[in-house]
Amino acid sequence: MDIAEKIISGDIRSVARLIRDIDDNVPGSREVLKDLYPSTGKAYVVGITGSPGVGKSTLVDQMVTHLRADGKTVGVLAVDPTSPFSGGAILGDRVRMQRHSMDEGVFIRSMATRGYFGGITQSTRSAIDVLDAMGKDCIIVETVGVGQDEIDIVQSADTTIIVLVPGMGDDVQALKAGILEIGNIFVINKADREGADRTVNDIRLMIEMDEKRYKDGWKPPILTAQAVFDKGIIEILDEIDKHRKHLESSAKIQSMRKYEKVRNDLSEMIKDKIIRDVFDEIINSGEFETTLQSIIKGETDPYTACDTIVSKKLKKGAA
Amino acid sequence: MNQKRKIRILVAKPGLDGHDRGARIIARTYRDAGFEVVYSGLHQTPEEVVQAAIQEDVDMIGLSSLAGAHMYLFPRVVELLHEKGADDIVVCGGGIFPEEDIPKLKKAGIKELFTPGTPLDKVVKWVEENVKPRG
Ligand SMILES: Nc1nc2c(ncn2[C@@H]2O[C@H](COP(=O)(O)OP(=O)(O)OP(=O)(O)O)[C@@H](O)[C@H]2O)c(=O)[nH]1
Ligand SMILES: [Mg+2]
Repeated sequence: MDIAEKIISGDIRSVARLIRDIDDNVPGSREVLKDLYPSTGKAYVVGITGSPGVGKSTLVDQMVTHLRADGKTVGVLAVDPTSPFSGGAILGDRVRMQRHSMDEGVFIRSMATRGYFGGITQSTRSAIDVLDAMGKDCIIVETVGVGQDEIDIVQSADTTIIVLVPGMGDDVQALKAGILEIGNIFVINKADREGADRTVNDIRLMIEMDEKRYKDGWKPPILTAQAVFDKGIIEILDEIDKHRKHLESSAKIQSMRKYEKVRNDLSEMIKDKIIRDVFDEIINSGEFETTLQSIIKGETDPYTACDTIVSKKLKKGAA
Repeated sequence: MNQKRKIRILVAKPGLDGHDRGARIIARTYRDAGFEVVYSGLHQTPEEVVQAAIQEDVDMIGLSSLAGAHMYLFPRVVELLHEKGADDIVVCGGGIFPEEDIPKLKKAGIKELFTPGTPLDKVVKWVEENVKPRG
């Protein structure tokens, strides 16, 4: 069996290793992804995002339990930011999901953003494909939402859940532009705390002020949950099902979504490849350093230097 | 193509004893050294630790222990890794243990043991020298 076949047959070590190779940008991993692509597209992908500490991992943990009780297999990708200072990362989401680690039907993987742009990196997108190809029915992707990252996840998820906590209504006001655009379901977690109803109302109001956005017919529900106490989880899963049925209800929505997804995947992939193959190589080249020195000495200006370096690199072609 | 292998480490605390301050400190130290640290928390069985290590495809497992059961728990992790064909994952231990246990643990396959007296930069240096990202 080659690696792709092993992955399709569900071999955990091959899956784990391939995700690592993707993350480390090992050239061979791309070849495997090409072979896996025809086996993707079957899993349902749920994105969960929200500010640090709102209870995303706890929610995911409970959702996994319920999905397993329904007989569904689950993949979890938990993405945490890479430290911009050291390049290292602490990936701590697994702590909340540890009870699933002995369950063969669950595969949990922690990933770091490793720089570049936003929370959903090319590696995460490819890792979704890998878990999809290995046959997981549902893939849950947890990202910490800070601005752009939240928007990124939408492109890769079929259903996007925004998690908030009581008292965050005011923040939502500030985040409105980003946050309300992308949520298919809103969950006010930690509803055991005071003010959950008010936050629900605040968000409902904001959604209703913007009716025209829901012309495709899905108006995001706003749910409350208490993830640590396993409350409200079934309702969330029900809404995910409803949203899925909504997406699948019309050929028009389906083909539009397919187009959007393929378009986004390909353009992100091109962007990623250009950064890795062109940008990184320029930055790490000796010529880059000498150019910096010439600018500092006043021998040239950054505009001219930029044009020269880029056109030279592009003419030579990327590796 | 640019290839950046990064060291990935699972920090885990098997057994039933108390808090995880030590594990958190070491996790932060590793992050600041540029490693990716998967932190999996308290109270795990050796089976869970090994399963997590495999799913996360780490290069090293750092086991933390404060009291007692390390003589069973640490070697058990090594044993299970062996059973899974994952002996290439380096296992280290950190915590408080009697001096005489250290050679026994090393014999059981724990590559290195760090005690509260080990300076953190020494730990990092050891990892850099002894743990190579697997390729
Ligand atoms: N009171 C209360 N606490 C909760 C609830 N859900 C989660 N928590 C607690 O909130 C804290 C953070 O939970 P996590 O699940 O780690 O939150 P997260 O959003 O995944 O955090 P990051 O991944 O660090 O951004 C933990 O201490 C949880 O026990 C809830 O419904 N009510
Ligand atoms: Mg989390």
